[in-house]
Amino acid sequence: MGPLNLTAEWGTLASWLTPLAIGIGFGAVLEMSGFGDSRKLAAQFYLKDLTVLKVMFTAIIVAAVLLGLSSALGLIDFDHVWVNPTYLVPGIVGGLVMGVGFIVGGFCPGTSVVASATLKLDGLVFLGGVAAGVFAFGETAGFFDGFWRSTAMGRFTLPDLLGVDAGWVLVGVVAMALFMFALAEAAEAWFGRGERPRLSAILSRRPMAIGAPVLLLALALTTAAIGQPDAEDRWEMHEAELGPKLADRSVFVHPREVAELLADTQVYTLVLDVRDESAFNLFHLPSSRRVAPAGLETPESLKLLKSAPDNEVIFIVSEGEGGATEAWKILAASGVQNVYVLEGGISRWREVFPSAADVSTHSDHPDFERKVKLIKKAKAAKGCG
Amino acid sequence: MKSDGNVERYVNPYLGGTLLGLVLFAAFALTSEGLGASGAINRVQTAVVKVVAGGHVDRNGYFAETAGGSRNPLAHPSVLMLAGTLVGGLLSGLLHGRVRAEIRKGPRISATTRLLMAFAGGAIMGFGARMARGCTSGQALSGGAVLSVGSWAFMFAVFGGAYALAYSLRRYWN
Repeated sequence: MGPLNLTAEWGTLASWLTPLAIGIGFGAVLEMSGFGDSRKLAAQFYLKDLTVLKVMFTAIIVAAVLLGLSSALGLIDFDHVWVNPTYLVPGIVGGLVMGVGFIVGGFCPGTSVVASATLKLDGLVFLGGVAAGVFAFGETAGFFDGFWRSTAMGRFTLPDLLGVDAGWVLVGVVAMALFMFALAEAAEAWFGRGERPRLSAILSRRPMAIGAPVLLLALALTTAAIGQPDAEDRWEMHEAELGPKLADRSVFVHPREVAELLADTQVYTLVLDVRDESAFNLFHLPSSRRVAPAGLETPESLKLLKSAPDNEVIFIVSEGEGGATEAWKILAASGVQNVYVLEGGISRWREVFPSAADVSTHSDHPDFERKVKLIKKAKAAKGCG
Repeated sequence: MKSDGNVERYVNPYLGGTLLGLVLFAAFALTSEGLGASGAINRVQTAVVKVVAGGHVDRNGYFAETAGGSRNPLAHPSVLMLAGTLVGGLLSGLLHGRVRAEIRKGPRISATTRLLMAFAGGAIMGFGARMARGCTSGQALSGGAVLSVGSWAFMFAVFGGAYALAYSLRRYWN
């Protein structure tokens, strides 16, 4: 199931050659589309040639629909796909600054690379300018660090914002893009060729004009109809890799180890109690929090748990092990790291520590095996933009 | 302006966009990340600074993140993608006979003006790209495809910034 972990599955060489190959495809397509020519790029902003908009939005909707559909079909685990974290205000300000740079310089960084490759001198000089601007940012970043890190919303997607399934967002995005393409064709006819824009003229010039959008819309609708995987689907996708951890009991942690870690000041602990409220009120572990099992599946709580620091251990607690194990499946399959289950549940805890005073008097007991291993999260940040 | 025989030989933008979408999808499926350029340009630039003034890189938090101490800023997949982008652009340019030293500019400005504008625009763009944590490819294209809220806001800001200034600069391009 994708995305591939290249180094693990194909070796180090492949992990270097793949981005090279993808880069070659990227550069070739940009050049073929005319993005090595600053005048063609600038014409976008005089509404004479809207190639930039057409290429960009076509690429976005094609890739977005393929990703959404692969995720719905369980071919790609979207949790493992990098989503640019949202820093709303610095992003918008940076975007406005880049828009100014675009119309002044005639390129964006990627297209200037392609222009340089085909020996366009303005592209090369632009690229030198980019390096200077990047350097200037590095030199001055300290002065507005607070602003640069402001309005951080983490991994935040349009489906999260709108609270609807990604498939329906895709339908909307594709429809919006098609509407923009129609406007772009009209603008090109009017501003570029001085013709009256007519829909029939647009359609007759492009035989693919009906088929391709219909196909893309159909794929987006299919994605919406299937829906993104829920907790149960995600467990099925990951059962081969996570099931053995339940079978060999490596995620069931002895009460004494839990007590040790609760007292350890080097690690953060989060104890989630999935029992009902009356049971929780009668007795619960120190500093534990009661959560309804259904509440764990919500995007907000998953996001919160996934953003936990690397030195945080999450213990799930139920009366026995049953309820906690179900909750563990939900969290582990959703990619939450460092989640464990209290072995034997609350009933076992009370056998081991008959009173609260016993908890604090723990000493070395060789009769249990320590199992918690803090796993560092795979990906902290992408170095690229 | 010399009349442009090239224009008609570019591929249909919707076909180009579809191909670009496929490359972008392949990037996500194979590497879990999208496309990008400015991050790698940043790394190359930091590598140069490191050679010239290594101590400075270590003392500047922003540079140290990618190149501090024994870190090699070039040992990163994005740098290979940048190399690939150059190679791909060159191959397509050779194939279509578009590799020649020239300056593309509006008919009313001199080559020097165009180059000065290109440098200034590049510098503004480079600064903005780091501010926004990504360029048109890394933020707008890649973030747009994974429906990131920030990337969509960014994308409209880029178009907004460019359209807002386009009228004042019309002499330079037309």
